[in-house]
Amino acid sequence: MKLVRDTWLIFQQEVGLMVRNPVMVAFSLAQPITYLVLFAPFLKVVMVDRGASSYADAYRIYVPGLFVAMGLFGGLFAGYGLLSALRAGIIDRCRVTPVSRTALLLGRALMHVCLNVVQAVIITLVALPFGLRVHLGNLLISYALLSVMVLLSTSISYDIALLVRNENSLGVLVNTVGQPISLLAGVLIPLVLAPLWIQQVAVWNPFAWATNGMRALFNGQIGQPVVWQGALIMIGLAAVSLVWSSHLFNREVS
Amino acid sequence: MIEATGLRKSYRVGRGRSAGTVEAVRGVDFAVARGEIVGFLGPNGAGKSTTMRMLATLIRPDGGRATIAGVDLLRAPAQVRRQIGFVAQASGTYDDSTARRDLVLQARLYGFGKAEAQRRAEAAIGAFQLGDFADRRIRTYSGGQRRRLDVALGVIHSPQVIFLDEPTAGLDPPSRVRMWQEVRRLRAEGMTVFLTTHYLDEADTLCDRVSIIDGGLIVAEGTPSDLKREISGDVVAVDLNRAGVVDDVTDNDLPVATKLLTEQPYVHSSEVVDGTLRLYVDSAATAIPQIMRTLLGRGIEPGAIEARRPSLDDVFLAKTGRSLEE
Repeated sequence: MKLVRDTWLIFQQEVGLMVRNPVMVAFSLAQPITYLVLFAPFLKVVMVDRGASSYADAYRIYVPGLFVAMGLFGGLFAGYGLLSALRAGIIDRCRVTPVSRTALLLGRALMHVCLNVVQAVIITLVALPFGLRVHLGNLLISYALLSVMVLLSTSISYDIALLVRNENSLGVLVNTVGQPISLLAGVLIPLVLAPLWIQQVAVWNPFAWATNGMRALFNGQIGQPVVWQGALIMIGLAAVSLVWSSHLFNREVS
Repeated sequence: MIEATGLRKSYRVGRGRSAGTVEAVRGVDFAVARGEIVGFLGPNGAGKSTTMRMLATLIRPDGGRATIAGVDLLRAPAQVRRQIGFVAQASGTYDDSTARRDLVLQARLYGFGKAEAQRRAEAAIGAFQLGDFADRRIRTYSGGQRRRLDVALGVIHSPQVIFLDEPTAGLDPPSRVRMWQEVRRLRAEGMTVFLTTHYLDEADTLCDRVSIIDGGLIVAEGTPSDLKREISGDVVAVDLNRAGVVDDVTDNDLPVATKLLTEQPYVHSSEVVDGTLRLYVDSAATAIPQIMRTLLGRGIEPGAIEARRPSLDDVFLAKTGRSLEE
């Protein structure tokens, strides 16, 4: 109960600070919207043999990929915020109080989840005029899947940040890890177009499962096994990574 | 209120072959009574902050033990946290937040409900005179305003002990004096204050007792006046930097003068700091004419001679062989 209360307090504080900086949130949407407008149309041409006959089809394929890319990188860069809070003494200021240590981490991670879902909603709205149509129930499940994914990528970033403890190394590592993961998840071009060996490698990429699950949802195929498989993989890995980052975070003090 | 024995902490530094350990704190013992203002005085890297962070439950000591307000630090850190407040050197606030928001949050982190947290925030804004800017973004605050907020955050839960890590570092003189007033007010309200500083005047005027710490060890401990009294007599500072040469003595006056004067029966001991010779004597009034005679007898004309009461820096110098002011 205390964990829930404290997580809520930290979450409120972090969201409050984000709301006070709406310009930053707007800027973070510039890149995804550019891709949405200028890249997605390519897919209509590329995927014409794979059942993409209209812009609506192209967006149905691309928007889930964009969610994954945003969720992956949005989360992976969360470590910067943690490092700057550590450096500024904000974490220490909270750690001398009886607040739950895990809440300090979880509240921050949930802020990133919230931010990413808000961004995903805006992206969905922007994609509507281009012809995107998706069943509301399936859309909400996609948002839930996205949330778990952000929790995973955020905690991975926290793991790295707490291990290397410096922004430069974090940046290099995040880009080195994030780039192949996102390409091998088929966030830009679906993996069905990839050569066989790429597809075989991608089987080992958890984010590829999540991307495929999300595309199935956007296709209205909620019954496809990849939906629950992707969700289960994300939930399991997010749990493991969160436990680990919370362990790293707490190891200095009980 | 605070009792510590043999507190130790070392850090691993470097990687691979160059890895080693740095003993930041090498076993310190001290006690702080209720309602005292006690300061750790020492240069950067002496182990002041590390000691404080151990007592504030932020890092775990490698050895030793401590009790704070009767609670064992190692066995019940969670209970200790309820009795103490801590203000770190780094400010610990977000630029985009406001004093009021942070004060309310801090109170809530201590477990208070919404209404009580708001009441405490309001009281702190009044007590620390934050009212003029409490709802502005913290990035617009001056250094002194920011520091007052930091301390207000540290005591929002009315702790029994407050730890202040370098409370006035980087502040302008008026803000420092103001902060000293705040610290005295906290003590008047019944709090025990433990602070670190590398400022001599701060230790001298603010602290009831001072522990001088160097290289992870406490080298002296007592009230500022007792510590200074240990340095018996007066200090005569002989500045040889601008010394003119009367006869054909070489310009290498300092070693000659040092040797010469240290041999004099009325000089107890001496130190050289920045080309200035500090002589510890019984009475400056009688020593100065003799010093003049001795130096002139060898053709050395001092640039300036100054007599003063010993400062905490002289104490530090006597204990460590180095000056804090360097």
